[in-house]
Amino acid sequence: MDFTLSEEARAMATAVADLLADHCPSKALRALLARGESFDAGRWARLVAMGLPGALLPEAVGGLGLAGTAFAPIAEACGAALLPEPLVETAWVTLPLLVEAGAGEFVARVLAGEATVAIVHPLAPLALAARQAAAIVLVEEDRILLAPAATARLTPRRSIDPFRDLALVAAGAGTATLAAGAAARAMAGRAAARGALAAAAQMLGLGRRALDLAVAFARTREQFGRPIGSYQAVKHHLASAAVAIELARPVVHAAAALAPGAGPATAARIAHAKLAAGRAAEGAARAAIQVHGAMGHSWEVDVHLILKRTLALATTWGTAADLRATAAAHLLAALPGPAALFPEESADG
Amino acid sequence: MRLSYSPEQRAFRAEVRAWMAAHVPAAPLPSFDASRAGFEAHRAWERTLSEGRWGMVTWPEAYGGRGLDLIRWLIFEEEYWAAGAPSRVNQNGIFLLGPTLMEHGSAAQKARFLPAMARGEEIWAQAWSEPQAGSDLAAVRARAVRDGEDYRLSGHKIWSSRAVFADWAFGLFRSDATSERHHGLSLVLFPLDLPGVTRRPIRQIDGETGFAEIVLEDVRVPAFNRLGAEGEGWRICMATAGFERGLMLRSPARFQAAARRLLALCARQGAGVAAATRDAVVEAAMDAEAYALAIYAAASRLQAGGRIGAEASLTKIFWSEMDIRLRRAALDLLGPLAELDEGEGADWLDGWLFALAGPVYAGTNEIQRNIVAERMLGLPKG
Repeated sequence: MDFTLSEEARAMATAVADLLADHCPSKALRALLARGESFDAGRWARLVAMGLPGALLPEAVGGLGLAGTAFAPIAEACGAALLPEPLVETAWVTLPLLVEAGAGEFVARVLAGEATVAIVHPLAPLALAARQAAAIVLVEEDRILLAPAATARLTPRRSIDPFRDLALVAAGAGTATLAAGAAARAMAGRAAARGALAAAAQMLGLGRRALDLAVAFARTREQFGRPIGSYQAVKHHLASAAVAIELARPVVHAAAALAPGAGPATAARIAHAKLAAGRAAEGAARAAIQVHGAMGHSWEVDVHLILKRTLALATTWGTAADLRATAAAHLLAALPGPAALFPEESADG
Repeated sequence: MRLSYSPEQRAFRAEVRAWMAAHVPAAPLPSFDASRAGFEAHRAWERTLSEGRWGMVTWPEAYGGRGLDLIRWLIFEEEYWAAGAPSRVNQNGIFLLGPTLMEHGSAAQKARFLPAMARGEEIWAQAWSEPQAGSDLAAVRARAVRDGEDYRLSGHKIWSSRAVFADWAFGLFRSDATSERHHGLSLVLFPLDLPGVTRRPIRQIDGETGFAEIVLEDVRVPAFNRLGAEGEGWRICMATAGFERGLMLRSPARFQAAARRLLALCARQGAGVAAATRDAVVEAAMDAEAYALAIYAAASRLQAGGRIGAEASLTKIFWSEMDIRLRRAALDLLGPLAELDEGEGADWLDGWLFALAGPVYAGTNEIQRNIVAERMLGLPKG
């Protein structure tokens, strides 16, 4: 039993956070927004150069072979940076699904930076960044398709998050069936679990970013001749946000250690992770709006971007009601015993 | 990161489980706060635990422990609470004073106090608060006046847990009459049966006398009973063994066991449970798991050489507020029978009333939020 991040995992997450500090600062996001874009090819190339889209893939297929626990802090850093490009979804959901489905050639093109790929899933029915993509994975009720972008019909949909370029996708000619029947359903279930993890880890970062912004503001903004952060009413908002974030992080890390799809205990822990991270992030974003006062309701302060990304991630890959039902199904059936905190049904990932 | 138990840890769990199965009393003991008989029954249980060397598994063997690490302590606690073993009447001693004695006591003090504490021969009460010193603990006025080889203690302590029946108490006293605030305080241990000590039981919200007022009138104790240097009491009480207090004040297993009972109650009621009630039950059970995971992570960091400071405040806020939601969810499940102070419902009512004290004792959650805001987030002092 060792519930600490390895040196390597910490170093990797720091390297990604440093890269994002240089290449995904607020100024760069605002510039992208001013151009009406949501995908920066130069930034994506840097992420590809670090091998990050293949972070969770085995080294045998060109991946970095990272464990989920090592990728969770990277995903957290991406969330905190409000990264517009769908790195976390690609690395945690789409590419592992393609590898499982035997679409290795296509995976190699993504890892080489020659192509990107989008995904549609019953729990995330609008494709993200499909306009850049060379293909879209369509996870349907009991089959999994790979649709070439060239023939697919994309109907753009507008998200409240200006960096989420969404589209409805209708597959066209040349669409391949990657899996069908029971195999497809199992893969879809694992993709749903990975999608929930990807959302949960990013939301931890979003919550932390909201808290950091609010703390920085409260330390300098003065009213009645003192920084507003010296008042208990303000302190207590931010302390409550910190409690929720810090108590959600171990849940997310424990969930990331599990093999998605392994069984009901794993499903319940992943559901818990997304619920806890979502509540923490939304709570922190709302606290940040309150602490910023009228500024918190302005376009100028980044808090609204955090709030909108959080809303999107909290409602895709499983709503709170879905997740609670998943957790309830396991907890009420199994009445977990004293040794059940770390489920054994799932290989350490 | 490796989130699975080693074969040795599994064997340890099995050993604890077997011992508990053989020794935990079949019927619950009467409350230690309601009567002398209940208190003594719990003292006898402490003796039984210590004979099995299960009293405090993290303590060194020399003081009756097993010298085990924090992960094994967590495993021990999981089995302890799952077995329905009695509450620890000596928790003020073993969880609060014990670690402080180990860090700041002289060899002679450790030899005098720790083994007796471990065997339950001396049950400890805490004596921090005074009528005008609650959250503002540095306002204590009780005095310890040096007189040769002794101190003469006088003053008024209140809200002292276990003080009605306990043998000894520890508390902060002003040893420098000219000092103010947190300067000039000393941590002094005193027997509760000395001449000049008057205890007045205070009836609590549940009708039991879980705490007392202690009036000290010129009570003479040897200077040997001072823990740490004179005038260092505040620093010792606040900083010492903060991590043990942060981890051990409320073990996660206590809430996991309660969550298991809550889930069982909900499962027994089947499909008839309203969705909102079921959600509250499941949320409470998940929160209990979240707290346990946070403590496993903290224990792992400590074993890797880390320290815990203000995070103890963070987790205290979480468990105390979660505990109330957990017990309250059970009362919703019981519906119109929730008010019945008998049978299984009475346990949930007791647990709920006790949980309401959680955000107050061991430093109110308002104070804990100030600590989190100032020491973790770096907000300016008010």
